[in-house]
Amino acid sequence: MGYQWNWGVFLQPSAAGDDTYLGWMFAGLKMTIALSLSAWVIALLLGAIVGVLRTAPNKVLAGLATAYVELFRNIPLLVQLFIWYFVLPELLPKALGDAFKQSNPVFQMFSASMICLGLFTSARVAEQVRAGINSLPKGQKNAGLALGFTLPQTYRFVMLPMAFRLIVPPLTSEFLNIFKNSAVCSTIGLLELAAQGRQLVDYTAQPYESFIAVTVAYVVINVIVMTLMKKLEDKVRVPGYMGGK
Amino acid sequence: MIKIENVSKNYGSFDVLKDCSTTVNKGEVVVVCGPSGSGKSTLIKCVNGLEPFQSGQIIVNGTSVGDPKTNLSKLRSHVGMVFQHFELFPHMSITENLAIAQIKVLKRSKDEAMDKGLKLLDRVGLKAHAHKFPGQLSGGQQQRVAIARALAMDPICMLFDEPTSALDPEMINEVLDVMTELAQEGMTMMCVTHEMGFAKRVAHRVIFMDHGRIVEDDSKDAFFANPRSERAQQFLAKILQH
Repeated sequence: MGYQWNWGVFLQPSAAGDDTYLGWMFAGLKMTIALSLSAWVIALLLGAIVGVLRTAPNKVLAGLATAYVELFRNIPLLVQLFIWYFVLPELLPKALGDAFKQSNPVFQMFSASMICLGLFTSARVAEQVRAGINSLPKGQKNAGLALGFTLPQTYRFVMLPMAFRLIVPPLTSEFLNIFKNSAVCSTIGLLELAAQGRQLVDYTAQPYESFIAVTVAYVVINVIVMTLMKKLEDKVRVPGYMGGK
Repeated sequence: MIKIENVSKNYGSFDVLKDCSTTVNKGEVVVVCGPSGSGKSTLIKCVNGLEPFQSGQIIVNGTSVGDPKTNLSKLRSHVGMVFQHFELFPHMSITENLAIAQIKVLKRSKDEAMDKGLKLLDRVGLKAHAHKFPGQLSGGQQQRVAIARALAMDPICMLFDEPTSALDPEMINEVLDVMTELAQEGMTMMCVTHEMGFAKRVAHRVIFMDHGRIVEDDSKDAFFANPRSERAQQFLAKILQH
């Protein structure tokens, strides 16, 4: 088809002259990893809290948690990102909004992306945490309470350790998703992996090499995540329970 | 020790418990029996506040269970409970199951809790299994561990909610033996069970429930020799036939 393959393109100095094109790809990779991992921390923490609250006996707290989940999982990720990046700074108190808009542009894009991805994913994590808790036999909670544990202690020592073990497989999917979803953040100009790939196409006119490299990078990240999560799953497996020895 | 006065409970328009009153004195073993759905499990769960009730009151060792000001966790920490499905914590080893509430609730040191746990494990004949996990034990063994776990809290009384109903027939006796021993040592016990042999052997009193009411509350001998209500007669006739 007359396409001129040129894998050597990655070693050429970039148009800006400060780096090679391979350097651009690695910069994008680093950004994707930093963004996804920081968003994942937010997602896990908030997701655990909201998921627990959804199962709480207090109706007000459970209702608020439900509202949170429905809000963040029913609006497209892209729309949420635009709201965080373009709309929210306008809604903040003027001084704060201005300070944000005058800050380092990369910081602006990164923080909006991190919060957006973190909260979006936390709603999904919360649903899994809730499902994990609800799948435990009801007697477990009673057994914890009957021993004199308070309700928070019962969650902490009895229910959550088992609930989290049960949801390692679906959490793995969410962890993989957060890396893939981070590509959406290229739309506000954040130079993560996908954006660097597109930039490379613009500068070098070598789209196949660029996107193959981007694809391989995402696959490598996710194979590593899957491997680590599988290790975690094996490590926390309960003897004599659900496939444990 | 346990005083149940005019307790009623309903889910919407369905009455689960109707005006139930009885007492369990210190050192007494009371067996609660009755057909399924008669409210016996609900009644025993009301005693340590696992189930709320709408009216009446339950006093355990001088503390009112239904009073919103009562520290239920504290009360429960010295009322032992054993469940139909054992409810050991699957992610903890047997010793951890025995020790955790002693450490977190009674604030005992880890060594003290382990020591106590192992002694009780020995008492229920399972010392060799200390480092296993619940999923690696048989049902009967798990239930004996569950009894040891409750005893580790130095309970003032023990509640048993159908402790042998989920067991294979050949494992029932090992659990009943532990319970019998406990009863003979003078433990105050309230047992929901269908094991009439156990009731005949160790109970002081038998309570018979039907449709949320306490139909019969009598000494063991009187209950087995001559149940007053027709429903209890039918029940006994059915389950004692074999």
